[in-house]
Amino acid sequence: MIRKLFDIIAGNAVPAVFIIISAFAIPLSGYSASYLIQELLTRIGRNSFLILSLLIPIMAGMGLNFGMVLGAMAGQIGLLFICDWGIVGIPGMLLACLIGTPIAIVLGIFCGAVMNRAKGREMVTSYILGFFINGVYQMTVLYLMGWIIPITNPALLLSRGYGVRNAVSLLGIRGILDNLIPAIITGTQGAGQFFSVQGGNAFVMIQLPFLEGSIRIPLATLIVIALFCVFIVWFRKTKLGQDMRAIGQNQAVADSAGIPVNRTRIIAIVISTVLACYGQIIYLQNMGTLNTYNSHDQAGMFSIAALLIGGASVSRASIANVFVGVILFHLMFIVAPMAGKNLIGEAQIGEYFRVFVSYGIIAIALVLHAWKRNREREAARRSLRGNKGGE
Amino acid sequence: MSDNNNNAPLLRLEHIGKEFYGNRVLSDISFDIRAGEIIGLVGENGAGKSTLLNILFGMPVISSTGGHEGVMFIDGRKVNFTSPNQALAHGIGMVHQEFSLIPGFTATENILLNREVLNGSTMSYVFSDRVSTLDRQAMNERARAAINTLGVNISPYMTVSEMPVGYKQFIEIAREIDRKNTRLLFLDEPTAVLTETEAEILLIALNKLARSGIAIVFISHRLSEVKELCSRVIILRDGRLITDQKAEELTTRQIASLMVGRESERREVPQEIPEAPVEPDNVNYTLSPSPKKKKKKIKPALKVDHLWVDMPGETVRDVSFEVKKGEIFGIGGLAGHGKLGIPNGIMGLYPAGGSVRLSGRKLTLNKPRAALGRKMAFVSEDRRGVGLLLDEPLDWNITFTAMQTQGRFLIGIPYIFQIRNEHAMRKEAKKFIDQLEIRCTGPHQKAGELSGGNQQKVCLAKAFVLRPDVLLICEPTRGIDVGAKTLVLDTLRNYNKENGTTIIITSSELEELRSVCDRVAIVDEGRIAGILPASSPAEEFGMLMMGEKMRVALAATE
Amino acid sequence: MIGRFIQNAGWPRIIIALFLLGLFIAAPFVGVRVDTSLSNTLVRFGMNGVMVLAMIPMVQAGCGLNFGLPLGIIAGLLGATLSIEWNVEILARLAELGAQYKISWLNEAFLTSWREPIGFASAVVIAVPIAAVLGWFYGKLLNRVKGDEMMIATYVGFSSVSFMCIAWLLLPYKHPTMVWGYAGHGLRTTISVEGYWLHVLSDALALDINTENIHLYIPTGMLIFFAVMAFLVWVFMRTKTGTAMTAVGSNPDFARASGVNVDRMRTISVMLSTVLGAIGIIVYEQSFGFIQLYMGPFYMALPAVASILLGGASVNKAGILNVIVGTFLFQGILTMTPSVINSYLQTDMSEVIRLIVSNGMILYALTRKVRAGR
Repeated sequence: MIRKLFDIIAGNAVPAVFIIISAFAIPLSGYSASYLIQELLTRIGRNSFLILSLLIPIMAGMGLNFGMVLGAMAGQIGLLFICDWGIVGIPGMLLACLIGTPIAIVLGIFCGAVMNRAKGREMVTSYILGFFINGVYQMTVLYLMGWIIPITNPALLLSRGYGVRNAVSLLGIRGILDNLIPAIITGTQGAGQFFSVQGGNAFVMIQLPFLEGSIRIPLATLIVIALFCVFIVWFRKTKLGQDMRAIGQNQAVADSAGIPVNRTRIIAIVISTVLACYGQIIYLQNMGTLNTYNSHDQAGMFSIAALLIGGASVSRASIANVFVGVILFHLMFIVAPMAGKNLIGEAQIGEYFRVFVSYGIIAIALVLHAWKRNREREAARRSLRGNKGGE
Repeated sequence: MSDNNNNAPLLRLEHIGKEFYGNRVLSDISFDIRAGEIIGLVGENGAGKSTLLNILFGMPVISSTGGHEGVMFIDGRKVNFTSPNQALAHGIGMVHQEFSLIPGFTATENILLNREVLNGSTMSYVFSDRVSTLDRQAMNERARAAINTLGVNISPYMTVSEMPVGYKQFIEIAREIDRKNTRLLFLDEPTAVLTETEAEILLIALNKLARSGIAIVFISHRLSEVKELCSRVIILRDGRLITDQKAEELTTRQIASLMVGRESERREVPQEIPEAPVEPDNVNYTLSPSPKKKKKKIKPALKVDHLWVDMPGETVRDVSFEVKKGEIFGIGGLAGHGKLGIPNGIMGLYPAGGSVRLSGRKLTLNKPRAALGRKMAFVSEDRRGVGLLLDEPLDWNITFTAMQTQGRFLIGIPYIFQIRNEHAMRKEAKKFIDQLEIRCTGPHQKAGELSGGNQQKVCLAKAFVLRPDVLLICEPTRGIDVGAKTLVLDTLRNYNKENGTTIIITSSELEELRSVCDRVAIVDEGRIAGILPASSPAEEFGMLMMGEKMRVALAATE
Repeated sequence: MIGRFIQNAGWPRIIIALFLLGLFIAAPFVGVRVDTSLSNTLVRFGMNGVMVLAMIPMVQAGCGLNFGLPLGIIAGLLGATLSIEWNVEILARLAELGAQYKISWLNEAFLTSWREPIGFASAVVIAVPIAAVLGWFYGKLLNRVKGDEMMIATYVGFSSVSFMCIAWLLLPYKHPTMVWGYAGHGLRTTISVEGYWLHVLSDALALDINTENIHLYIPTGMLIFFAVMAFLVWVFMRTKTGTAMTAVGSNPDFARASGVNVDRMRTISVMLSTVLGAIGIIVYEQSFGFIQLYMGPFYMALPAVASILLGGASVNKAGILNVIVGTFLFQGILTMTPSVINSYLQTDMSEVIRLIVSNGMILYALTRKVRAGR
């Protein structure tokens, strides 16, 4: 009984701690509610898709997919091409996805195959693989693009004539999905109308009397994310999802039941990589600029940290963890520098604090996972004596 | 299930045999199985049962070691399986001793693992069946039907990790039954983990299954169950088929004695230790001045009281015994009953409790260092896992334990600065390589590169270097060829004679124990079933091993 | 014979060695001087050698590759910064001691002329106990997470670096050369060690030939220091403890059955590795000339890990030879690619090549079939 209670507390300790931190930091930061909500909504739209892409490998028992940066790189290559070709708007985004998909599939198959060779240390392998492919990506983008791979737009290229610039503006698709269905929450303005027309555009208007100012909602992005959630729920119910769960729990049993273990694991990684590719495209359409050599780097770390803060573990993660995590993590992200400045007079501290928390939380989650696994092994051995007979 | 009118048996084996690297493990096995029959397959560990099963199921281990002799027929048609899936496709199912269930899944999910009922969907035409969703309702119904066939009441929604062990066994069997084409079912020790009532229910369920036309091969060490359930009994011994008889023609006592070997055959092994033929030139163990041999000393070298050990798969529950100084004491019993747990527990390798006294003084348990410090040495049954540093040279393997526990093979100032004396290590290793005839390229060769028999000799050398008072040896001849077997056993016997060392040998091979030891204890279900002089008839050991209530009966006859 | 050599050395090593050789051969043709390249390689070898050496104890004890090297580096950074912060006090205290105990050689003149070596030594003396304590905790942690050491080590390294970012801002350092001028507190991102212990090892006994035809610089002192450290590690691995450690890495069950305290050996190995990391970074800084704080040590584990693997070590076996060969090859590639390839292609590909080679090497080691554990 007490154990159970302890387990419940331990299971949700991470989100609880973050709620407490936020509770102190929000007043300290002095941000208004509408500002925070606006920021949070933006970040939910920006990051959720990336985080969701982590769920399927966890289901298949492959741990946190540090290799998701591979997908992010594939997405960025897609974006570079549409920028070069000057295709804008939704068609541009779709085309970027279309270009990114085969690259992500190939990288995913490669990543899955490598992970199958390193069973038992998938995480560290996928993590290093991320760096390795990063090298290949930089080679491609920095040397081959504009030289072997035709890039014609001079705005994209470095002055030496080949290699892509460090920062690429994505004006053509900036906010294109977020603003596809414009929606605004307002405070006092207007009276009772649900739709309003301003400058020829239709707006969905929701009124909340306690708010000051107005909040824009990235409605279309949220719909895409919702659809994705539905996809994951559906996927869990499929035979493939069931097989992945089986493999995640016990590879040997799944194998003896005739489930193609290695193949299924590769499929899990491919799905994750492709989704991460789309996730990165959504992320960057919100940001509006592509840091050619850095954008993907942080995608993996921040997504994983957010998922873990949402209460997920290395072996178990749900859709709820994703959203709790994205809200808590980014709340801290928004608030920490300002809180640090107001508290100690140094914004830098808040910034370092959030980096520390991101890494620290991953470290703690990994430690807890390994610890728990080793303890369970012990317990399983100890329980043997209680039974009758040998095995 | 209705090939009865066809006269061909469901399964026929003709002259099945198998050799592993020149080591014959199975020879000339022929028998038939007909639909609806229940056959008891019995034999000691190592009698060849598992090899036979491996051949039947086309396990890769068989084909990768050169295939097998003889032919198999199913419904009169010749078959040769190259993978377990082919056997499954022909309707042969197997329930293993270790559960192969997924703990977090429900009964239904486990029973229908990889045979889920799917909803049709258009997606499945585009991709594959794997993107169709599961039809949970239909699955639960099918699982319930399979469970009902067994006559037990388990909810299909129950998670396996929350089930008692007995239930898990039923789920395993239900999984095989659910396979539509299953006609022949092999059950490997299915009652070992069950309580008596559960076992009874299972036996009833199996009878019911057989009546529906499924043939069952029941592998068990519980002879009373075999007699109660089976119509025919097949006994294997040393890879040969000894008996294929109607069950009612045999008593459990007869089965037991047929399994372990008849009295007349036992005499082939020389019992008299002094006359054991040994090449005299390499029996020179003058490590310590050999004490005058006095076997009649009363003080026990080792006294074990109420020992328990948590060793996975070899749990020891409550064991007490005494070993006299200078004695060779044997511990036998079936695999999984805890005989290996005893020495491992005494040496502190697995969590243990109770009391162990070494020449009257209490031994600290759970600390290998304490046991080693009291001049005990241990040769593990898990040669490659515990016994050796496979990636290190032989001299390391042989001298490491002595270096760490006795501070030998080091130069420098003790406790302050000592580095290893590679010269001394090499010399010592060379000495044992010569003495034990270890076939290797020299002390520098890696232990992993040696053959099983030579690795075992390295393990013995490692123990001898410690100059032990008490030597514990597990499975000294497991997995080594006949020649090496004799040499290892002779070595032990001589070492005992030369140095008066107390030796405790744990082995699955009863004959081996009876040939080397003075007394042999038989372990059954984590407890000592009895201790007999090695000269007692094999039959009596057999009965102790089978764990029949014969313990009482035996005591009555004495 | 050749086949056997290839098998022993391993394909990746041979390919990279040939590549390096090719670079040296090609160098004169693109106007890169071989002698300066060689000098640079040697300097970088000496700079990084000790940090690569830090991999040995943990690999040998079966704790895997020490991706947590930044922890040791942090101890080294603390030692380095404190040695500057307290430089004056330390010298004064030594002079006091000399006077008090009448040690004739410990006088003003000695302290002035040996000011820099004393500074360096004090950095090491301060860093080592800090590293030992950090390593002890780190070792205890790794003992509880057996099987997942490498991933956890990575993140322990990352989180300690980011934690120290906060600490560098808040710790009460006062020394004007180290803190931000305008704020008066908080350490700078890079701190010059000039005037303290710049090149104190590198220039000791250095061979500097600078004629018209030849520009050769051999940092003898630094190489000797590396050799001494390597020798110490070599001797340690031959002691009773070192032998036990190797056995733990080779087969923990065997070691346990032989009466070795497995967890204790692992802890010692982690402490040793952390201490070597701390010394390693100080050696690096005295040659480099700057202490890099904040995110500086973040990715420092990867080149060290890659070097030892490049030298032929595996995830659970490593020796001094692996360190020497690996560091030389890795640093050779890093020096030669920018100079040779860049003068040929007119671009700086060194960063990309570093990424691909180092991570490719680690990936290769991770996916190699290791002896099947029990």
